[in-house]
Amino acid sequence: MSGAEGQQHPISTYLWIWGLLFVLSGFSYAVDYLQFEGYLRWSLILLFMFLKAGFIIAIFMHMMWERMALITAILLPPVALLFLIAFMAIEGDYTNLTREIVYSAPDFTPVSPHH
Amino acid sequence: MANDAVATVAETRAGSVIADWSADKQTFQAPWGKAMMWIFLLSDTFIFSSFLVGYMNVRISSTIPWPIPSEVFALSFGGDPIPLILIAIMTFILITSSGTMAMAVNYGYRQNKKVTVMLMTATALLGASFVGMQAFEWTKLIVDEGVRPWGNPMGAPQFGAAFFMITGFHGLHVSAGVIYLGIIANRVRRGDYDKTGNYETVEIAGLYWHFVDLVWVFIFAFFYLW
Repeated sequence: MSGAEGQQHPISTYLWIWGLLFVLSGFSYAVDYLQFEGYLRWSLILLFMFLKAGFIIAIFMHMMWERMALITAILLPPVALLFLIAFMAIEGDYTNLTREIVYSAPDFTPVSPHH
Repeated sequence: MANDAVATVAETRAGSVIADWSADKQTFQAPWGKAMMWIFLLSDTFIFSSFLVGYMNVRISSTIPWPIPSEVFALSFGGDPIPLILIAIMTFILITSSGTMAMAVNYGYRQNKKVTVMLMTATALLGASFVGMQAFEWTKLIVDEGVRPWGNPMGAPQFGAAFFMITGFHGLHVSAGVIYLGIIANRVRRGDYDKTGNYETVEIAGLYWHFVDLVWVFIFAFFYLW
């Protein structure tokens, strides 16, 4: 349990995580430098991003050793953001499609009625 | 009646949630400053998320191609332009600053004033250099590349608005953090925490600083790499 004075971890813990974050950042940079494209690019970007974020939160920010009540109170609400991301992505895609259709050359030219 | 071989509900991880939330005085068994900092960071997460989701939306909906970040943010040192080199350096600087901050918190709890102040100062200096590099990046984009919030010669006009808003808010957070760290480091140096031996304030400042690094991890992934 984390007491008021904080748990004592050896300094080496932080140095190891620091090194790990360096390596993960290097990999992230390599994804761009080596010009990966498409789904491979995006999935690697997301993977390294979540790994780095996870280590920073869990170890640097000490979350791994906190009480479950604090962990859940802080880490569960952002799950709602997944819904926001999904809705806004769908909406953006719809907007893009509408713009393509409406602002492109018409394939229907009206003729006046033959009275 | 209690069987010593079986843990009570409150001692299990899930059980402790129930025990904490049904406690009669306080929920979070943590210093109030730490709990409040975490809650503030939660709200800040939503703020940055709304900016990033807004950026995602305008980029998806744009029919004009988005400028390619590895080209926009490439720098040449006399030879071929190296993609994203300054951004990579900025990332390493911020990660290093998180490392020095985590160590500062650790030395704080060991009540080692001198090393804590040194590490906090190092963290603040790294943060200040990050802001300096971001300012250089902004200058280059505004003056040399002609990027404005309403348009740019390289692609979708919303690029500038998204870039300046997201990196601007982040840079402001870093700058505020540098000042915050300076104030706390000075208090440590002055011996404000000698009497109680309680260095929680350093840990709380550390939480804020790691958050700033965390946000950059997301900005780096979604804006510069994607």
